[in-house]
Amino acid sequence: MFNRDRWSEIIQVLTTNWFRTLLTAFGVFWGILILIILLAAGKGLENGIRADFGDIATNTMFMWTQGVTKAYKGLPKERNFNFKVEDVDAIWQNVDGLRFVSPRNQSGGFRGASNVVRGLKTGTFSIYGDYPEIIKQQPMDITSGRFINHSDIQEKRKVAVIGTDVRKSLYEKEEEVLGSFIKISGVNFMIIGTYNKSNTDGDSDAQKDIYTPFTTFSQVFNRANNVGWMAITAVDGTPITNIKEQIFTLLKERHTIHPEDLRAIGHFDLFEEFSRVVRLFGALEFIAYFVGVLVLLSGIIGVSNIMLIVVKERTKEIGIRRALGEGPWSIKKQILMESIFLTIISGMAGIVFGAFLIYGVNYVLEMNGPVDMFVNPNVNLGVVVIALIILIVSGLLAGFIPANSAIRVRPIEALRAE
Amino acid sequence: MIEIKNLHKSYKMGSNSLHVLKGIDFSVEEGELVAIMGSSGSGKSTLLNILGMLDAADSGEYVLDGVPIKDLNETKAAQYRNKFLGFVFQSFNLINYKSAMENVALPLYYQRVGRKERQDKALKYLDQVGLKEWATHLPSELSGGQKQRVAIARAMAAEPKVLLADEPTGALDSKTSYEVMDLIQKINDDGNTILVVTHEEDIAHMCKRIVHLKDGVIVEDKKVKQVRAQQYV
Repeated sequence: MFNRDRWSEIIQVLTTNWFRTLLTAFGVFWGILILIILLAAGKGLENGIRADFGDIATNTMFMWTQGVTKAYKGLPKERNFNFKVEDVDAIWQNVDGLRFVSPRNQSGGFRGASNVVRGLKTGTFSIYGDYPEIIKQQPMDITSGRFINHSDIQEKRKVAVIGTDVRKSLYEKEEEVLGSFIKISGVNFMIIGTYNKSNTDGDSDAQKDIYTPFTTFSQVFNRANNVGWMAITAVDGTPITNIKEQIFTLLKERHTIHPEDLRAIGHFDLFEEFSRVVRLFGALEFIAYFVGVLVLLSGIIGVSNIMLIVVKERTKEIGIRRALGEGPWSIKKQILMESIFLTIISGMAGIVFGAFLIYGVNYVLEMNGPVDMFVNPNVNLGVVVIALIILIVSGLLAGFIPANSAIRVRPIEALRAE
Repeated sequence: MIEIKNLHKSYKMGSNSLHVLKGIDFSVEEGELVAIMGSSGSGKSTLLNILGMLDAADSGEYVLDGVPIKDLNETKAAQYRNKFLGFVFQSFNLINYKSAMENVALPLYYQRVGRKERQDKALKYLDQVGLKEWATHLPSELSGGQKQRVAIARAMAAEPKVLLADEPTGALDSKTSYEVMDLIQKINDDGNTILVVTHEEDIAHMCKRIVHLKDGVIVEDKKVKQVRAQQYV
């Protein structure tokens, strides 16, 4: 294999007809280039969508109450019910594999009247009552101060964390925020921190929220032990989709709801949505490989074709070599190596060119700022290795028929050929 | 050295079968220089091809240097050709993209001789045929006589038991022919066994023995007084 004479011969043969070799090589070059570009584009799209999901815990579902639609145990339908704080403990005790169970309450928001006052300034914001764990389910950057902690929950402190947009509308630019007070629906809260959500997903109100301790919120805004909705995250490796039914059954039992009442509890399963996207990219990658390999195939056929012609042209030479005592396997190996060499060299050129192209696209993307849904197209080393394996295999395939036809001709006939 | 008994060979030509060799009995001692003569179609080339293991006989025995040549697969035949035989063809059959030296070194390559040793040997044999300073030239840069001398050097490089020459002078003018025959005679003087297929009387008489073939049988087999080619050069 690593034989100087064999290699010098391969080079000699392939350089005899430069232009033809170049044209043949272009077929393979083009095929692998298309494959790389398709894979990189798919990856870019995937990265873009994944960036939209951001660092949100994707193994999460959100769950809220809706009207009851079935009469059960003497209770009428079309009644309303609420999750209770006690439900949280019940979920923890009865369902395995959970990471976070965060009960949440909310007031105000996009339709509400002005609800927050500071001095002469007023504003309309969404107010949340939350547990400290929510920051791990819906990540945000704390830009100053701190987030709510468990002492706040236990002591029902009237403290709040505000978004950067809240700060903008209630404070002057240079004003100190931490330690100051704002009035939410007539109750004073001390600001303990500010946040900024880096992953807004196009939501312009993302920086306009105010977070308060769940217990404080319930007491101050008279929610008793009601829970507005819950964000539940399962541990990694246990899809929330698999255990959500357990939670629903448990809650229906606790709230005396017909087990088959499918509408009483509404939910949004982020994991399922996310899996769907992941599956989509699996399909996309498959299509990229499929199309890429098909384009590559036409290049391979080109190589095979040229090798057949080369063998035909060299029939006499092969006859001479066999008369001089070269074994058929040695001849076969020679043809196969020529074919593999040609395929790999042109394929490598395709990979390198593709890499430069992707680098260029990345450069342009960086210069012109982010494009929606398309981030950092790339191919990883694994793909390159796969491409190389494809190339070697296809080089073998391309050389196989010509190599066989080379040794099928008997030496005496080969010698007679002109 | 060569022992042939009752050799038959026929070719299928469509529905007809052409019986080319009809029972050849023939033997060659070591160190002989034999001319095989005959008109075209007499079967002399077929005989040479069978002797050269390029073609297989239909029936009959063939023993080369004590080794029975029978039922060879291609790999085995290639090994035997490389070990036992050197070929010289009418049309030289040099590989046109390899230099004279590379051409001569080729049989040694198939014997897996190391690169350096191969080059040394190739140069030695090129020197013997008087073409050392042409070692790096391509065949296209050589004259017909020079090409044939390179081919002879190539055939000798593997130090074969028998040298088979198929019309070695067929494509050369008479002066060059004599030069080539002079070379062949000198190689024979060193004790090498050589078979020459030819249809030229004067070339045949430069050998030590002439075998006449006609219609697939040997009609005459005689020792002759060798005419030295040296005097015509």
